[in-house]
Amino acid sequence: MTEIFGYPLPVILGQLMLGLVNGSFYAMLSLGLAVIFGLLGVVNFAHGAFYMLGAYAAYVGLDSLGINYWFALVLAPLVVGALGIVLERLLLRHLYKLDPLYGLLLTFGLALIAEGVMRDRFGSSGQSYPVPDALQGVFNLGFMILPIYRAWVIVASLAICFTTWFVIERTRLGSTLRAATENPKLVQAFGINVPIIVMLTYGAGVALAALAGVLSAPVIQVNPLMGSSLVIVVFAVVVIGGMGSIFGAIVSGLVLGMVEGLTKVVYPEASNVVVFLIMAIVLFWRPAGLFGKE
Amino acid sequence: MKYFSKTAVGLALAAAFAAPVAFGAGNEVVIGDIDDMAGLYSDVTGQGAAEAAKMAIADFGGKVLGKKVVFRSADHQNKPDIGASKFREWADQDGVNMVLGGSNTGVSIAMAKVALAKKVPFIAIGAAGASLTNQDCTPYTVHYAYDTTALANGTASTIIKNGGKSWFFLTADYAFGTQLRDAATKVVLANGGKSLGEVRVPLSASDFSSFLLQAQGSGAQVLGLANAGGDFMNSLKAAQEFGITKTMKPAALLAFISDIHSLGLKTAQGLILTTGWYWDLNADTRAWSKRYFAVMKKEPTMNQAAYYSATMHYLKAVKAAGTTDPDKVMAQMKKTHVNDFFAKDGYVRADGLMVHPHYVMQVKAPAESKYPWDYYKVLKVMSGEEAYGPITGMCQFAPK
Repeated sequence: MTEIFGYPLPVILGQLMLGLVNGSFYAMLSLGLAVIFGLLGVVNFAHGAFYMLGAYAAYVGLDSLGINYWFALVLAPLVVGALGIVLERLLLRHLYKLDPLYGLLLTFGLALIAEGVMRDRFGSSGQSYPVPDALQGVFNLGFMILPIYRAWVIVASLAICFTTWFVIERTRLGSTLRAATENPKLVQAFGINVPIIVMLTYGAGVALAALAGVLSAPVIQVNPLMGSSLVIVVFAVVVIGGMGSIFGAIVSGLVLGMVEGLTKVVYPEASNVVVFLIMAIVLFWRPAGLFGKE
Repeated sequence: MKYFSKTAVGLALAAAFAAPVAFGAGNEVVIGDIDDMAGLYSDVTGQGAAEAAKMAIADFGGKVLGKKVVFRSADHQNKPDIGASKFREWADQDGVNMVLGGSNTGVSIAMAKVALAKKVPFIAIGAAGASLTNQDCTPYTVHYAYDTTALANGTASTIIKNGGKSWFFLTADYAFGTQLRDAATKVVLANGGKSLGEVRVPLSASDFSSFLLQAQGSGAQVLGLANAGGDFMNSLKAAQEFGITKTMKPAALLAFISDIHSLGLKTAQGLILTTGWYWDLNADTRAWSKRYFAVMKKEPTMNQAAYYSATMHYLKAVKAAGTTDPDKVMAQMKKTHVNDFFAKDGYVRADGLMVHPHYVMQVKAPAESKYPWDYYKVLKVMSGEEAYGPITGMCQFAPK
């Protein structure tokens, strides 16, 4: 059997594949963070909470209203995105002129409130969300068994990431967005309503987090604290990719997922710190991140 | 000068008002509860446990030795330093008479050290680590409900007798996980089985599939899950998703009824686990659980029931001893047996362990479950002695 550094090739391939699944979640979440930071300059600490709320929106939809997974994929991001818009209008927009620290503190507080409310309502052990019927079963890849649902996560996440990147970097809407952040006054002079654009951008970033939440609901226990442990890693991913760089967020999300996967074989105890170690090294050599502009 | 005198008057007033606030000063008996109130273990013990302790105080009459019994609780956030400093603060400033400590072995070990320094009886309920009555024991610690030794003796020995000889462990990488793995490994080896290795998983990992594939690669027959709460649930779910449960039998070394409830019987069916108590054992357990359910809208876990039993046992000991003196109350608690809905003929032995029967359970299939929360069937009843084994001699206050 072929071996790489003493590990059989199928093991390495299997772990890379699983890393890609986890990396897909990192990519989707860090993408939303990067969009919000890049266009609004807000460090959105509530991102993990919106991810959790997305998963709960899917759970409540199925449990109380009978809304299936496929509808939840559309509805949950809309509902949570709308909540994000309300929060942006009522609270966040007053802080744009202040130090970014204020936005960070506000969103951190909102995250704690959201977690507290959900824990009070649903308890800390969480709820189970079934894998949709159409995606049950497994693929036998030869070197590993891959559940169909996890393959779907990779495909869906790549499609979402590519679409977002395309809209922002390659369309007229995207160029307006970018222009509005560079020079809001000038763009406003062209008759474009900048506050509305900013509001919708925040809503879209939040909706992306909620969508990741729905995608993750069938693979993990839906739990009020599910976002808080993940969001810290995702922040590290964004920092490594370069704050505000959309392409950087996607690529570093996927790559770090795979690096983490390999760590789980070589030295599992370190698998929850390897991302931070890489962050420290990257910051040392390239303070703006791998794809960030100095 | 005027400013100074105002300040001085203010300080004097503040001091005058502050003094009577320090409670427990002779006219009250203070019971404290330090637990994970909001984190990953809060469903297992948490608010429900505090509620159970309050039920016990109310049932006792709210007074002992003519003094009002006061209950207060605090959140240790799963941080040993917070748990220990809260305990110290209560002991120094509020004259706390007894402290109940909830989930998390790491925090309970830190709190036991304060119990020893401050001479305050400390009842650990929810922390699994058997070290609390071995190398980390104190004359003031009582370990109630269950421990890693009892869990391993119940679950591991049952599975190995059913043919699961070779084991691979998924271990939560902290004090609790390693103690549970050690206890289970000991039972496996003693029964002629073998351990093929382990993978140590960081607490609250977001994905378990990588670790599970390594377990599967070992070729072992049994997947020993030496973890708890969300980690236990997520690892079991992933094991099913990846088809690992088809070739390996999962062993839930610590699972609470709240975990089974949230996993659902479809996922959890067939699991073998050990518990120190179950709500549906007999008429007494059902009667108490009915009262608990009316308040919390959930059936109690073994820890929550133990909070009631332990609080009652303490109050009875204070009454019988006629004092809250820690040494006399500890002696009284070790002298009297526990006979209530939680335990029949339970007793606190010299090392502080509350010895009582344990139950090896199998989770029912959805079709076997006849009413809400009907989750377990009893495979085996173990006597307290069988569950916990003899005193090990590792506790310096309790020779072999």
